[in-house]
Amino acid sequence: MIQHKSDDRSTFGFWIYLMTDCVLFASLFATFAVLRNNTYGGPSGNDIFKLPFVLSETIILLTSSFTSSLMILAARRGNSARVLLWLMTTSLLGLTFLGLEISEFSKLISEGYGWQRSGFLSAFFTLVGTHGLHITIGLIWATVLMAQIYQRGIISSTNRRLTAFSMFWHFLDIVWIFIFTMVYLMGVL
Amino acid sequence: MRQGHKLPVFILLAMTVIIGGVFMLGGNNISVLSPKGFIAFEQRQLIMFAVLLSLFVIAPVFLLTIGITWHYRASNKNAKYSPEWDNNRYLEVAWWGIPLIVILILSVVTWRSSHDLDPMRAISVNKKPLTIQVVALQWKWLFIYPEQGIATINQVRFPVDTPLNFELTADAPMNSFWIPELGGQIYAMSGMSTRLHLLATQIGTFRGVSANLSGMGHASMNFTAQASSLDDFERWVADSQQTRQRLDMNAYAHLATPSLNNPVTSYSLLNDNLYQSVINKFGPHTHKLNSSNDGSM
Amino acid sequence: MFGRLTLEAFKHDPITTGGIIGGLLSILAIIVLLTYFKKWKWLWREWLTSLDPKRIGVMYIIAATLMLLRGAADAAMMRIQQATSVGGSHGIISTDTFQQVFSAHGTIMIFFVAMGFMFGLLNLIVPLQIGSRDVAFPFLNSLSFWLYIAGILLINSSLVVGEFSAAGWLAYPPLSGIDFSPGVGVDYWIWSLQIAGIGSLMSGINFLVTIIKLRAPGMTLMKMPIFIWSVLGSMMLVLFAFPILTATLAMLSLDRLLGMHFFTSGGGGNAMMYINLIWAWGHPEVYILVLPAFGIFSEVVATFSSKRLFGYKSMVGALGGITFLSFIVWVHHFFTMGAGADVNAFFGIMTMIIAIPTGVKIFNWLFTMFRGRIRFTTPMLWFLGFVMTFTIGGATGVLMSVPAIDFQVHNSLFLVAHFHNMIIGGVLFGFFAGLAYWFPKFTGIILNERVGRLAFWFWIIGFLLAFMPLYVLGLMGATRRLDHYDATLGWQSLFIVSAIGGLCIIIGVGLQILQIIVSVFDLQTTWNKPLLRSVGRTILIKLDSLVGKREFDKTGDPWDGRTLEWSTTSPPPFYNFAVIPKVNERDAFWAMKKTADNDQKPQYKDIKLPKNTGAGLFVAGFSLVAGFSIIWHIWWLAAVGFIGGLICLIQRLSDDDTELTITVAEIMINESKEHA
Repeated sequence: MIQHKSDDRSTFGFWIYLMTDCVLFASLFATFAVLRNNTYGGPSGNDIFKLPFVLSETIILLTSSFTSSLMILAARRGNSARVLLWLMTTSLLGLTFLGLEISEFSKLISEGYGWQRSGFLSAFFTLVGTHGLHITIGLIWATVLMAQIYQRGIISSTNRRLTAFSMFWHFLDIVWIFIFTMVYLMGVL
Repeated sequence: MRQGHKLPVFILLAMTVIIGGVFMLGGNNISVLSPKGFIAFEQRQLIMFAVLLSLFVIAPVFLLTIGITWHYRASNKNAKYSPEWDNNRYLEVAWWGIPLIVILILSVVTWRSSHDLDPMRAISVNKKPLTIQVVALQWKWLFIYPEQGIATINQVRFPVDTPLNFELTADAPMNSFWIPELGGQIYAMSGMSTRLHLLATQIGTFRGVSANLSGMGHASMNFTAQASSLDDFERWVADSQQTRQRLDMNAYAHLATPSLNNPVTSYSLLNDNLYQSVINKFGPHTHKLNSSNDGSM
Repeated sequence: MFGRLTLEAFKHDPITTGGIIGGLLSILAIIVLLTYFKKWKWLWREWLTSLDPKRIGVMYIIAATLMLLRGAADAAMMRIQQATSVGGSHGIISTDTFQQVFSAHGTIMIFFVAMGFMFGLLNLIVPLQIGSRDVAFPFLNSLSFWLYIAGILLINSSLVVGEFSAAGWLAYPPLSGIDFSPGVGVDYWIWSLQIAGIGSLMSGINFLVTIIKLRAPGMTLMKMPIFIWSVLGSMMLVLFAFPILTATLAMLSLDRLLGMHFFTSGGGGNAMMYINLIWAWGHPEVYILVLPAFGIFSEVVATFSSKRLFGYKSMVGALGGITFLSFIVWVHHFFTMGAGADVNAFFGIMTMIIAIPTGVKIFNWLFTMFRGRIRFTTPMLWFLGFVMTFTIGGATGVLMSVPAIDFQVHNSLFLVAHFHNMIIGGVLFGFFAGLAYWFPKFTGIILNERVGRLAFWFWIIGFLLAFMPLYVLGLMGATRRLDHYDATLGWQSLFIVSAIGGLCIIIGVGLQILQIIVSVFDLQTTWNKPLLRSVGRTILIKLDSLVGKREFDKTGDPWDGRTLEWSTTSPPPFYNFAVIPKVNERDAFWAMKKTADNDQKPQYKDIKLPKNTGAGLFVAGFSLVAGFSIIWHIWWLAAVGFIGGLICLIQRLSDDDTELTITVAEIMINESKEHA
């Protein structure tokens, strides 16, 4: 009963944290919206965004969100091998996403379109980069969780952390959908 | 504490003495309250009105505080004591209502005055306005008279009773342009242009300042604003046009380097487009500064 | 190897050097004392690693008091400079130092004094007042505290190593950009706020969850003490405002470090966006501070009038209204940016609407006293001082919310006078009232009334003398942040009055510290200790007879209180309540005292509390290292800081064994001791 109460508390706390993170992203989105036309003679979104590429990133991230849900289902059944499998899959997909994002960034920089180029590019790199940073944190988290589950199995504490991780991962997915729409799609259209 | 119930009276007394004292020390020197221009005059009227209106809340608060603490002190055994009495609909309606009415009145005044005294709004008088372009530099003010073909440093002169259209930008950190006796204040920011409209109703020399922190030379970044008769002004313009000091882009670049306490200087203007080129220095911009009445970009 | 850190960074002008030496000497003195009394282990076990909110609260308040002294020293320098730097004279400090001093003053007073006092009081009182044993996330709480301390250490190390920002307390770009401020000053500003700000954000989450989830059974929302309501409002503001600060500081830092163009003049940046963002945080911040102060006043007035709070529902509604409105008024900080008449008028009117719920609160407090039995203790004095001064500040605030008026007083000393009027009269007086009110609760000692009264008078007279002249100076056209002005302006006499007021305030602060000393220590016997013998016996004995007898709270309820914190002993046991109280009414403890059937034997159960841990301290320590290295561009050390902090954090968060159980037997032994 007591354990249940503290679970309830930390889930609620984590929701609140996600909301504050939402506000953080909202500030970056607002900034991006203000600066998106400040290209300062540099490229605009239309010049540098490749929709098919971004779409593949999106699909990978969405899939990882799906596998993290499968992970939660496995955790409910207490099947720690399955949990490890899906957690691994989720992480690999996340890693692939991150790799794609880094390759996009380095390509832009090598073409001379780094963040110093214009207000628009500063806002772009920061917004997308902050999402990427969150993904990185998620990957570190997932690695730690895998070690914990390997050692301790599915117990109430690891279960609680898995739930929080999965919430975090879904949240990043939703943020990405907004990035995809507001940054890439609206940038190209 | 035995004397506690007298405390609000003492505080009120101290307040009255101190506030009265500091106004005495201020003397006739209080520029915002002794305006020399149309806008400043209207703003002073507004201040007076708002102060009077706020007395409708301040006075009851002070009186109630003094009265209640005095009467309901614990040592006063004659006072009524009802520890469970904690609401009264009429009273609560009254103090939601009274401030509401005060604020309602003030809101109407605010809405009107915000539009009437909008710094971007031209003052409608039957007289041709004078356009003066202002560039805030580190740490001096450059005034450009595009129609007269002259420019000055740290001094702005204009005829009395003539609407003044200031256009402002900065080639420096953000500054705020303020002539307290003439009114209003507006930021001067690099890469964009803001507007301020003033009108002097008296001949005189007024103090102008940069009200926003702009770095090392901030405190000394003052200028004089001189309102003179039209004849005097035109004579001064003619003199300035004859001056040997010329202002072109090279001279400007030199002028724009940081310096302190620059003396008042006049230039004849070689580059008609100087103001716009100072703005353009910061590159192709697309910020839209709000453009109510007349667009400033 | 050391980035841009060279020996140059340690060179300072005489006044700063004096400050540094003073600071280092006091640190040395503390170290010597701790070693002399062999208190290091005690300090580590009982305090530094403690997760008990009561301990953390006390540490917050000690740190905030130290920072108050630092901020007051800055204020003193500004007052002296402005009183003397006229015409041919250039005062006591250089322009550069002066600009660093006012930037530091504002930053320290808001982030490290006001926020520190607030979170200190929250830690001490919130769990007790809702009948809880702890906050929702004890480790997070300790981490928040240590991040706050890391921020303090970082901002103060700018005194010793390098320089502080000279760009004002909100560091407007482009002035704070790399072009105009190439030094480390602005970076110190950014990183000390960033680190402390993240701590505040986590505290916000923590207290919100604590209030929502940890209330004693029966305490529905509408039965919560009004202080808890005010904290709830304040924490909601923290949650919405602080992420904006985090993002804004990060962007300013990216501009400076990586050459981005968020707020730069060229390159497609937009400085106006910074000003919007920083005030979208900054305005709610004012209410984050003032709402808990309102809550404290509500408790104080009801208790010392021995009467129920008048208009509870109105109060809750007003709090809610203020919380909401505080998010749609930020533009009033820059009417002069030229947003246009419609926008300005809208934000002006929203601003004045806030005056309505605030006014309602004042009337409700007044009518709480009406038909009460008012006891004029020091908390009550602070309240009365607040009502009188805050009303003036409110009126000048409404004045400035009219855009057309604001154009004439913006950035002038009128504005400076106004916000000090609100922050000192509202926030600080509120926290002082709270401190005097709850001091017996968390120490068992009642603060000396005589000295407290004297301190109050110095404060209030000092406040009036210091800030009323600034209102008039503002109307005379005196702008803020001037290190020098012309003698012909006729400002000097007013500045001198203001300096005298500043002196009175400093005496007031000194008296408050004396008040704590004479209340806590028995001077008659303390003088006999060898270390203090040198201070002089006669002085101490004289002082002792002047201030009168020390008073203790043996009952746990010295003021005839109304809320749950007074139902436990003073100081409370580490588990706060042996049995969690059941709440039936709004003034829960007042009602319990009325019905008074305490004959039942309490039914004890095992209690689970968190174990001590130094993890928060270590994580914050590594953040401090990281922040310092980023400021000085020492990248390898920054990496060490980040990775070290991350490892500590992961280790702590992976720990499943963080709680210890206090058995019924232990509770019974402890309880019988407490009540003996």
